[in-house]
Amino acid sequence: MSKLSRQVNLPKLPAALSPVKQFRSLGFPYRSPSTPRGVDPAPAEKTTGAHYDTAWARRTPARMARAAIIDGPMRLMVSGLAAPDRRGTDRLDALEGPAIFVANHHSHMDTPLMLTSIPEPWRHKLIVGAAADYFFGTKITSALSSLVIGAVPIERSKVSRRSADQAAELVNEGWSLLLFPEGGRSPDGWGQPFRGGAAYLAQKTGRPVVPVYLEGAGRILRKGRSLPRPSTTSVTFGRPLVPSNDENATRFAARLEAEVAALADEASSDWYRARVRAHAGTSPGLTGPDSGDWRRSWALGDRSSGAKRRARRWPET
Amino acid sequence: MLDVDKSTPPILFHHGEQFRLEKLPADRSRVIYPAEPLPGIKDPDEAIRQALLNPIDDDPLPTILTPGMKLTIAFDDISLPLPSMRKPDIRQRIIEQVLDMAAAAGVDDVHLIAALALHRRMTEPELRHALGDRVYDAFAPQGALYNHDAEDPDGMVELGLTRHEEQVTMNKRAAESDLLIYVNLNIVSMDGGWKSTATGLSSYTGIRHHHNVKTMLESKSFMDRHKSELHHSNWRQGEVIKAHGPRIFQIETTINNNTFGYDGPLHVLQKREWEWTARDRATFVGMKTGLDAMPASARRKIFQGWKAPYELTSVQAGEVEAVHEKTLEHCFAQHIVPVEGQTDVLTFGLPYICPYNVNSVMNPILVMCLGLGYFFNMYRGKPLVREGGVLIMSHPTPWEFHPVHHPSYIDFFEQVLTDTTDPAEIEKKYEKQWAEDEWYRHLYRTSYAYHGVHPFYMWYWGSHAMQYLGRVIIVGGDPRSVRRLGFTPASTMQDALEMASDVVGPRPTITHLHNPPILMADVT
Repeated sequence: MSKLSRQVNLPKLPAALSPVKQFRSLGFPYRSPSTPRGVDPAPAEKTTGAHYDTAWARRTPARMARAAIIDGPMRLMVSGLAAPDRRGTDRLDALEGPAIFVANHHSHMDTPLMLTSIPEPWRHKLIVGAAADYFFGTKITSALSSLVIGAVPIERSKVSRRSADQAAELVNEGWSLLLFPEGGRSPDGWGQPFRGGAAYLAQKTGRPVVPVYLEGAGRILRKGRSLPRPSTTSVTFGRPLVPSNDENATRFAARLEAEVAALADEASSDWYRARVRAHAGTSPGLTGPDSGDWRRSWALGDRSSGAKRRARRWPET
Repeated sequence: MLDVDKSTPPILFHHGEQFRLEKLPADRSRVIYPAEPLPGIKDPDEAIRQALLNPIDDDPLPTILTPGMKLTIAFDDISLPLPSMRKPDIRQRIIEQVLDMAAAAGVDDVHLIAALALHRRMTEPELRHALGDRVYDAFAPQGALYNHDAEDPDGMVELGLTRHEEQVTMNKRAAESDLLIYVNLNIVSMDGGWKSTATGLSSYTGIRHHHNVKTMLESKSFMDRHKSELHHSNWRQGEVIKAHGPRIFQIETTINNNTFGYDGPLHVLQKREWEWTARDRATFVGMKTGLDAMPASARRKIFQGWKAPYELTSVQAGEVEAVHEKTLEHCFAQHIVPVEGQTDVLTFGLPYICPYNVNSVMNPILVMCLGLGYFFNMYRGKPLVREGGVLIMSHPTPWEFHPVHHPSYIDFFEQVLTDTTDPAEIEKKYEKQWAEDEWYRHLYRTSYAYHGVHPFYMWYWGSHAMQYLGRVIIVGGDPRSVRRLGFTPASTMQDALEMASDVVGPRPTITHLHNPPILMADVT
């Protein structure tokens, strides 16, 4: 018997039991103590979910590692699986300082697609708003999400002050932010209404919001599928938008959704026709027709850019 | 301006895709440098928006765009600016805003036309560079973005005659539009105004009335619009367009002198020689050594790939003439350099590019046109060199032509210049035959060739200088090409100056025009 066991009068291990059973039969201090009756236990300090501290992932060593991952294997993976056609980056020419990028969300492929498409100087000082309940469920997924994509936890079940304040603080410190304001991946190939988080952050920080339309990522890895299938994608950046003085977060969120819808129209038809419809308020919506499942699914065929894109030809020939 | 003395370092001469450093004689030479680049507009998109909403002598653009109207947007072609500018091109910035306003008004019938007159057609990459992918992809696939075709028998209309009996022709689509918006990019004071539409959207029938020897001899200079018969004729044609053509909304822009950048490999070309730092000198020596060792094709590829970081200095829109006067003010604010008195000998180095060899070859005829046409005419008041003086240019003048872009130039060089170099005689004897040649017409319409008559216009461009100068010497040029042009070849600047003495006497005064970046001498 060790000196420590003698001092605290530790329980003896039953000799006849297997090692596992021996361990399970152990009491305190080998197992956590029971709470005495009449005492309210202190709430456990949460270290995952929205409470996960991601500060370490924004320090130089982690940033360098992330830059190497994004510009190395992630870019290779995106090129091989998604072959993205990136358009509209010239619309960011006049943009200075951090910005909030918002995009529609169909697939886990969306984040790598955006991380490899957002141009410098924003790409390597970027955080990604990620669902706290999904990406930060355990310490391992939390650490991986923070390191690889620069994720910060965002509560998607409610507009959490903690996650919103943290995101706003980081934007004010010069970090750009990538958000998917639909709150999750599309369940059926059509978009979902934009939530107000990005618009709220834009108002809180005064930073512009860059609408982005992602097309084709759903074909690679839609919700519910576990193995990716290579396809082509396009990433269309829109002009940076700032909320006007008389525009609240809800209205600005609606405008952001309309801009992404106009970019979707641009990607599937052409820029001018999309602008005509955008000004007339007749851009096809992101959320699809308000009808039964099969008709919504049927209508997705018309949305595909591949179906509408005309072969390029020289005009005079 | 710099008066050369014994301590003055050798002066930079452009020499095609190469460079020369020449020591100019002390105490009788001077160097005229271009002005520093003016500051560019900080927010070009907002400046463009304001110009469209607050035009000069016209209604705000959104108020004249209506659903169901026929709208045509014409724009300057590949010849502007020089060199091509970095993306986004000003034309893209403007046309996107114009189209966005048209989209807001619900205009469906929109055509975009590259107003190239008798120049070669622009290729798809060139159009994409000028207008951006969004505009190209929205209009080109359905045939609503295309190059002007001055030889399309069904695509041109005659609008009438000027008070000087000059015919006025115009692209039919543009002429029949409810509104014609012209998007211009002024790099020199010759561009813009009525010349944009009266020449850019016209045909040989209309253009020949001002692109001729008589007009050029009466244009002193054609860079000074108010003393240019070339412009007077275009303005008369503008009167006819105003009376019988479409409503025109003119958008003009000016850019600064930031041709080679404030840093980067070519920035040294934008500095005065005595200001070159050790780093600048090392850059220049490295560049020159590398270029001299390369084959000509590699050098050409490098230079034609250079995109200038020009910045917008002004944008104005509205009524053609009022807009153009404002444009000229901005243009002169950047280019004008006051100079006192003329000189016996004028020197300059010719660079690798002129308006007609973008992505192409600077053939000997274009060397003549750039030197005696453009650079000689970069004056207001009177020429930099006295009448009977000598012009010394530096250029390799290779006997080389781009077979696709300049087929009629090859025949002009072989058949016309071997007969005579007199512009008037050439015009009288050969012009009609070349202008109406079916093969050249076919190449102009379906390939990427300049019109058959184009080399004649290049030759006429130099007619004022040819008549005015006592001798033209080209330093470092292919002697056979130089002699074919009717000029004198010289191996070195020293030889050229000695040859010049035979014409203007010993110890002549010398003025060196340090161009580009562009400058225009205001000679008093």
